[in-house]
Amino acid sequence: MSSTEVKKIEELTNQDYKYGFVTDIETDSLPKGLNEDIISQISAKKDEPEFMLEWRLKAYRHWLTMKEPHWPNVKYPEIDYQEIVYYSAPKNLPKLNSLDEVDPELLKTYEKLGISLEEQKKLTGVAVDAVFDSVSVATTFKKSLEELGIIFSPFSEAVKEHPDLIKKYLGSVVPYTDNFFATLNSAVFSDGSFVYIPKGVRCPMELSTYFRINAANTGQFERTLIIADEGAYVSYLEGCTAPMRDENQLHAAVVELITLDNAQIKYSTVQNWYPGDKDGKGGIFNFVTKRGACRGVNSKISWTQVETGSAITWKYPSCILQGDNSVGEFYSVAVTNNYQQADTGTKMIHLGNNTKSTIISKGISAGHGQNSYRGLVKVSKKAKNARNFSQCDSLLIGDKCGAHTFPYLEINNSSAHVEHEATTSKIGEDQLFYLNQRGIDTENAIGLIVNGYIKEVLAELPMEFAVEAQKLLSISLEGSVG
Amino acid sequence: MKDVINFKEWFLQKHNTFEDSLNGENTYLMHQIRKEALENFNELPLPTLKDEDWRYTNISPLLKYNFNIVTKDAKISNDTIQNYRFNNLKSHLIVFVNGQFSAENSKLLNLPNGVVIGSLSDAIKNNPEIVEKYFNKNTTNNHQIFAALSTAYTKDGAFIYVPEGKIVEDPIHIIFITSSKDEKIITQPRNLFIAGKNSQLTIIEHYISDKENIYFTNAVTEIIVNENAVVDHVKLQEESKNAFHIARMEVGQERNSNFTSHSISLGGALTRNNINALFNDEGSECTLNGLFLIEGEQLFDVHTLIDHAKPLCNSHEHYIGILDNKARGVFNGKVLVRPDAQKTNAFQKNKNIILSDQALINTKPELEIFADDVKCSHGATIGQMDEEAKFYLRSRGIADKTATAILIRAFSSDVIKSIKIKQIRNYLDELLSKRFSQ
Repeated sequence: MSSTEVKKIEELTNQDYKYGFVTDIETDSLPKGLNEDIISQISAKKDEPEFMLEWRLKAYRHWLTMKEPHWPNVKYPEIDYQEIVYYSAPKNLPKLNSLDEVDPELLKTYEKLGISLEEQKKLTGVAVDAVFDSVSVATTFKKSLEELGIIFSPFSEAVKEHPDLIKKYLGSVVPYTDNFFATLNSAVFSDGSFVYIPKGVRCPMELSTYFRINAANTGQFERTLIIADEGAYVSYLEGCTAPMRDENQLHAAVVELITLDNAQIKYSTVQNWYPGDKDGKGGIFNFVTKRGACRGVNSKISWTQVETGSAITWKYPSCILQGDNSVGEFYSVAVTNNYQQADTGTKMIHLGNNTKSTIISKGISAGHGQNSYRGLVKVSKKAKNARNFSQCDSLLIGDKCGAHTFPYLEINNSSAHVEHEATTSKIGEDQLFYLNQRGIDTENAIGLIVNGYIKEVLAELPMEFAVEAQKLLSISLEGSVG
Repeated sequence: MKDVINFKEWFLQKHNTFEDSLNGENTYLMHQIRKEALENFNELPLPTLKDEDWRYTNISPLLKYNFNIVTKDAKISNDTIQNYRFNNLKSHLIVFVNGQFSAENSKLLNLPNGVVIGSLSDAIKNNPEIVEKYFNKNTTNNHQIFAALSTAYTKDGAFIYVPEGKIVEDPIHIIFITSSKDEKIITQPRNLFIAGKNSQLTIIEHYISDKENIYFTNAVTEIIVNENAVVDHVKLQEESKNAFHIARMEVGQERNSNFTSHSISLGGALTRNNINALFNDEGSECTLNGLFLIEGEQLFDVHTLIDHAKPLCNSHEHYIGILDNKARGVFNGKVLVRPDAQKTNAFQKNKNIILSDQALINTKPELEIFADDVKCSHGATIGQMDEEAKFYLRSRGIADKTATAILIRAFSSDVIKSIKIKQIRNYLDELLSKRFSQ
């Protein structure tokens, strides 16, 4: 590349975070720090039944015995867990029946993000359970879903209204002892979404939640639980943008998915949290535990993620393929620019017979970004005819970034077919030349090539989401390269 | 386990007796090196499954025994050695019995002036300046407990020095044979191969035993490939099926050099190979190939690291695993491309075939890349015998076992056919067909 082109790329790389703003809303927060008292207060504020508080305390006591893990390929300053505010809720929120009752400041925030609730409600048929900091403020389309017997509600409501389902499934995929951050989440989670699709029901619309981190110094601890009963189908969307902050914010969410016989869950994420400025200052720490269990025969769980934000992304959406003929899929695009770091991938645990999994991971590193793929494919002794295909590609833009792959393949059965492929390269000079020669400038040419490179994953996103994913990519990815 | 002394304690205790036994050979320089290594050995913890590097290999079976350090010479008949030579291959032969050079069994052909082929203990006496310049220069050795153990007990091993511009035409066949009655012994061959500028040589490291005994081979091989030198290396590991084999090979490559290694592993109850290649300068080429064929309850673990520290180097790696019964295999191949190592090409492949339900393979190809103008790829596959291919052969009247043998040979041919010495290829082909058509 010529020096002017390099300059141009640098200019674009230095673009500020477009979605950085702070909404002025009064919040109701607990003091900083973590102890049993705080946990009891969180539980009390949510008006939770006794069993939830007990579960939280069990998790907290276990958490005290755990050490923060340091094996991932990321570097970050020490987190002081006593400096974090574990609960923060927008004030003045009585039960809302329609959008008119929502704080207009909030609505404006969503409009700035281009996700106006009204517009979505009318045009896209998406039911939005918008999470602003930690409390759900608006729930739409609830009625039409209720008619089908679908439960789509904030976690805190579900705890009260459907305690049996919560008791049965909470922690059954990610137990409270699972790992340091999942355990912390189990102790202090504020809210999240709960979805239950009854037997044989195909959810008629894409369910969607927006997570936003708003109040400064608030760790956001979401908890999502989705259950697809026999023969059910649901597509769930999760998307995030966060305003600009200087201090690092910790986000440790837990997502649990459960599919029973012949059920299917499609979980899509677009994550564009504040990645820190161009010198690597600030940004979100995104340490998330996501796991799905294909409990029933012929069930399927599919994860799609577009990770463009966060200073540090550290997550491995996984599938436990218990049922015979169950299928797990993982499609991922992870972009690291400036000083962002990502250590992400998946785990496919094959337990049932004839289970299949596909992993497509596309990493893009630019600036000083460090991007790691870390994945596990495990075929247990009794899993006959397991099939896995993994492909992990990395694209390097600039000479100061890094791309790493750490795939683990643990195969314990002779009937397994496992394939893994990985490549690392930069954008081909010949491809650039070809496009330049046809009058496309380097900036657009790189954009075109990158778009082609991640097409496989974008194609997996639902239509409604793909548009926004592209919008977000154009800020953090295409903005950086052309 | 009564009367078994802690692994580390044992070797710490025995060291004095060992050094005393060296009488006269105990030069000041080597003594210093040994002493420092012993301190490292003392400080380093024994690896456990919690160490990322050892997460699939449990060394506790190794810790059940106290291995005796052999100080007296053992004798092996030339006829026994003859059984392990390759048919119709003209080669230099040097033999080590229980880790010690055996002049009676060794036989060198004519050599160009200045070429030294022999034992390390002789080299310490006769060529101390060369040994001092190259011996144990790789600092990673100090951080590995088994390498530290080897350095602490440095006594003998193969030593090859090819000066500038010399070519050793015939391969150098080095046989390491372990022979003991009932005693459980440890042998620690310490090999140092130096290829001078513009030189060429071919080395065959061959590990064998005369009985299916329990013993422990802890080998360290250091290879220095100077500018424009070409080194072709083959390691054939046919240890006893009850033996422990832990080996480390460190290769340092200078400008425009070429190094090829084929590591064939058949024996050993527990085998761990570490192969590290480092590009010290530009324009070099490195090939690391390997084949492991294991059965029973054998455990084979190979860790390779190709360190692209400098730009414009190419590396190729291809490992094939064939696992039967309850065998366990571990492949961990790491390619590191350091910042500024532009124009690097690194390709890695690992193919495995599992023949039984109880066999297990863990493979972890790793790429760590810090430069952008690179082409790197890795691929790993795990599968079983292709039933359709087998059916095709069966339908043409080929017996089941023969069909299996043909397919296994085809599967492993990618690695075998790249071995340059025809006689070794034939030897392996024969071995494979015998093994699978029984």
